[in-house]
Amino acid sequence: MRKRVVSLWFPRLPSERVGRTQPIDAPFALIQHQGNSDRIYCLNAQAEQMGLQRGMGFSDARAFCPSLRSCPADPEADRYFLRILARWAGRYCPWVGLDGADGLVLNIAGSAHLFGGEAAMLADMRLRMARAGITVRIGLGDTRGAAWGLAHFGRTMAEEGATPEQIASLPVAALRLEEKTVVALQRLGVQQIADLIALPRATVTRRFGKEVLHRLDQALGELPEDISPLRPPAHYGVRMTLPEPIGLSADVMAGTERLLEQLCSKLKKDEKGARVLQLTLRRVDQASQQVELRLARPLRDAARILPLFERGVGQADAGYGIDQLRLEAIGVEPLPVQQMSHVGNQNKDRLDDLITRIGTRIGLENVQRFLPADSHIPEHSFIIAPAAYSTPEGPWFAQRPRPLHLFPPEAIAGVGKRPPERFRWRRMSFATGKATGPERIAPEWWLADENWSSGLRDYWKVDTKQGRRLWLFYTPQKPGWFVQGEFA
Amino acid sequence: MTTSFFQNFPLRTGRTHEICLPNAQSFAFALGGYLGGAVLWICEDWLAGHINPIGFSTYMDPQNLLRVKTKDQTDSLAVAEEALRSGVVNLVVIELRQPLSFTAGRRLQLAAQTGESTGLCIIPEGQGNNAAETRWRCAPVFDQQDSTLQRWEITKNKSGTLAAWDVRWDAQTRRIIVVSKASQ
Repeated sequence: MRKRVVSLWFPRLPSERVGRTQPIDAPFALIQHQGNSDRIYCLNAQAEQMGLQRGMGFSDARAFCPSLRSCPADPEADRYFLRILARWAGRYCPWVGLDGADGLVLNIAGSAHLFGGEAAMLADMRLRMARAGITVRIGLGDTRGAAWGLAHFGRTMAEEGATPEQIASLPVAALRLEEKTVVALQRLGVQQIADLIALPRATVTRRFGKEVLHRLDQALGELPEDISPLRPPAHYGVRMTLPEPIGLSADVMAGTERLLEQLCSKLKKDEKGARVLQLTLRRVDQASQQVELRLARPLRDAARILPLFERGVGQADAGYGIDQLRLEAIGVEPLPVQQMSHVGNQNKDRLDDLITRIGTRIGLENVQRFLPADSHIPEHSFIIAPAAYSTPEGPWFAQRPRPLHLFPPEAIAGVGKRPPERFRWRRMSFATGKATGPERIAPEWWLADENWSSGLRDYWKVDTKQGRRLWLFYTPQKPGWFVQGEFA
Repeated sequence: MTTSFFQNFPLRTGRTHEICLPNAQSFAFALGGYLGGAVLWICEDWLAGHINPIGFSTYMDPQNLLRVKTKDQTDSLAVAEEALRSGVVNLVVIELRQPLSFTAGRRLQLAAQTGESTGLCIIPEGQGNNAAETRWRCAPVFDQQDSTLQRWEITKNKSGTLAAWDVRWDAQTRRIIVVSKASQ
């Protein structure tokens, strides 16, 4: 069967990707740092009309067009977006491959009739892309090379079997050759592909190497060229249908154990670990219940995961009985195989399991740990992060004495720069016995923090005669006294 | 007969103890540093204040501490029981606001016994539970020279006598030092 290949070329993919999230109605360019200067990576149609072009220096471009808006380029996000488009293109045919950084290639042989013919299919593609706000150029030919050439230079579709005539009038650059070779061919007067076909093959090979004729033969269909479709995303789900409904939680756990073993061997093969697992229990009356398990670490050890399901399975309502179990790993993270060691980190594993068990009850994000942060502001000198998604960091050291307990500032009555002799706080009277300070802390002006809008703070450690040791501060720019913490 | 401080401190493992305000936190951190290993700190999430890792880094390494925020006391107790029973963490500190029923207190004891770990309930004054192994009162004492002086007092002891000590925290050696015998 003949191939019919569609080549989709998105000439302005990166800038249109950004434009989809923030509509821009002005000249716009994406900037990439190349060598030691910023250069234009991609631009929109309005910027092109202003005479800007790709690869131009950004400062030159701004001189041409002072209203130019810009944004840093993100090639990684562009690649991701292209994969999304590849997934979308799966609606036309199952055989979709990537073509460079800004194109897709589809083999639509056998599926065009589902859309009312090739012309109707291309029209549908154009319509949908226009609706999505993405510029697309489409080429259709019998070979991948021909489709690419038509997409980039022809804007037409080649009839079936008529590829050589259709591409003959295209320039030689449509053969996917290097820039240097194209220029050399043009200098010799070979402007179109037809001119190249007319040349004796031996002389072309002698002058330019095998590459030119190889590409020509691929475009004409004399040499085969593959389209490698994207690998379908891995699916980590297993299920079990039971001949008789079950209701005891021990039976459900036994079923879950079998499913877990299957799932874990699948995960092990791909060196992945499950982060979020979902167990669906379908009952005989077609209702289904879901037990979700969020793990503190990626895991693929069935023996460790199984006991963590106990709580969720115990709470499920079996009704008239459960006749289908389905286990799916919704969140999957890479988990490379590790060297076994006689120095066991078994205690760490047990701590992770404890975090998971606590997390199933109160939410995994409520188990937290402290991470150091670089700031003089007392309340910003550490970060609170979920323990399941962070690792312990250190070292910790206190450059100056800091209170054990911090709370939002509570105002007390007091005047003057020195701590008040007597004050009331939380309905208790205190008399200052010893005051150590002041320690001046200035707000971080580069961060807007409304708690620090009162300006500088002079911190004092006050030992009261009643015993309690408090952390007071005075705000000289907006006079007032506050208590913010308590020492041991 | 007088009891020595170090017969009672560090607290007996496999039991749950109680500590009253106001200086309960320094007691808990000192104990966490003494026991080493992982410490779980359970508190309710609506409370405005929180423990400061820079502050307690002189007592124990903040890398070893995990903080759990719960929505009410029932959740706090459930988490504490789970953690004590697992035996992975050496110390579980629970900040309580309401008095415990005897059943709840006893369940914590049994969990601590199973996991061989220590539980410490921070309770408001006068809300002690009969199941507790020991109950401590910990208050700061004003002193012109020493700004870590505290008075630690056992107000309930299932396996010993009651006593009180003046102690201070030595930041250099990271340990509690008994200053002198306080009068009874």
